[in-house]
Amino acid sequence: MRVSETNSRLLYQTMKACGIQVVSALPESWLVPVIRMIGEDREMRLIRVAKEEEGVGISAGAHFAGKKSAIVIPNHGFLAAVNPIVSLAHLYKVPLMMFIAYRGTFGDTYPWHTPGGTVTEPLLQALRVPYTFLDSPGSLERRVRGAQDLAAASLLPVALLLKHELMMEA
Amino acid sequence: MKRIECLRAVYPQLEKRVVVTIMGAVAIELQSIGHRENFFYLQHAMGLASSIGLGLAVSLPEETIVVFDGDGSLLMNLGTLSTLALSGAGNIVHVVFDNQNYLSAGGSPTATSQRANLEGVARASGIARTSSARSVEEFQTEFISALDSDRLTVLVAHVDTSGPSDWLTDLGLLENRFQFARYCQSLAKR
Repeated sequence: MRVSETNSRLLYQTMKACGIQVVSALPESWLVPVIRMIGEDREMRLIRVAKEEEGVGISAGAHFAGKKSAIVIPNHGFLAAVNPIVSLAHLYKVPLMMFIAYRGTFGDTYPWHTPGGTVTEPLLQALRVPYTFLDSPGSLERRVRGAQDLAAASLLPVALLLKHELMMEA
Repeated sequence: MKRIECLRAVYPQLEKRVVVTIMGAVAIELQSIGHRENFFYLQHAMGLASSIGLGLAVSLPEETIVVFDGDGSLLMNLGTLSTLALSGAGNIVHVVFDNQNYLSAGGSPTATSQRANLEGVARASGIARTSSARSVEEFQTEFISALDSDRLTVLVAHVDTSGPSDWLTDLGLLENRFQFARYCQSLAKR
């Protein structure tokens, strides 16, 4: 199975249409095309981080300056960013937009992703981070805008879980 | 040299800068000299002051962002140095107050008390402009030179392991955050 270029492009176009200008990213295979597309767009600012928690800080800085931003990471990267979600985004009320590749769930054939797959949603719930799924092209923009609206209204982190159905070709 | 002497020596240069500090001694000492609306004190999330600085730097390209970091905080997020270098952002002066100790977290030695050399790590991470200071005069000179350079700079200040006696002030965290964001957004609209 291959990563869907078509849906990766749609995801990138949706992020741009939603006014996201600063994107911190750490790739994994599902995210390589969308990160490449963001990096090629001169109107967006891609920051390639070494560890996912940096993205929480970068988004906080961008938000303080009035820019819309996002973090594009796999779910194991979300696990690595838990402390700053609590000790920066929650403490200082930062409306963080996290696009998280939801690895290790139905359809994933790689054993090493499966532990992360089973704990992602329980952990989001434990952190009181609202989340929804990006699983089909038709609902993409509405769900991203809905997440932005909730993040802005609550001044809290929200998560969009990128599912296998969206990211991989059938 | 003492950290607060360094902060005093460059305080006039901070008037129109976007400033991010780490928690603990740096935050308390800068506030004791005089809080300004353009100062943000990251009172937790150790390691991320420079990441916030980078988010500010790419969002406010006309401004110079000053980050006051520490050895313990930077050691928790060494990847920030290669990220800063890779980003190409030139408008960040990243000061690291190295007191060789997790002073604000109870007091115990960090790796810089032995062999770790943060200026060396910064340089090896791809940051071309680095310097260090062991006297207040040297620090002031290097800081002003960094501001004037329009280049990403890491300046390591070797300071004493001493700090304030109390860690709280009457400035609310969210008060600081919203005031600072308003200041930054007024710059963005200029």
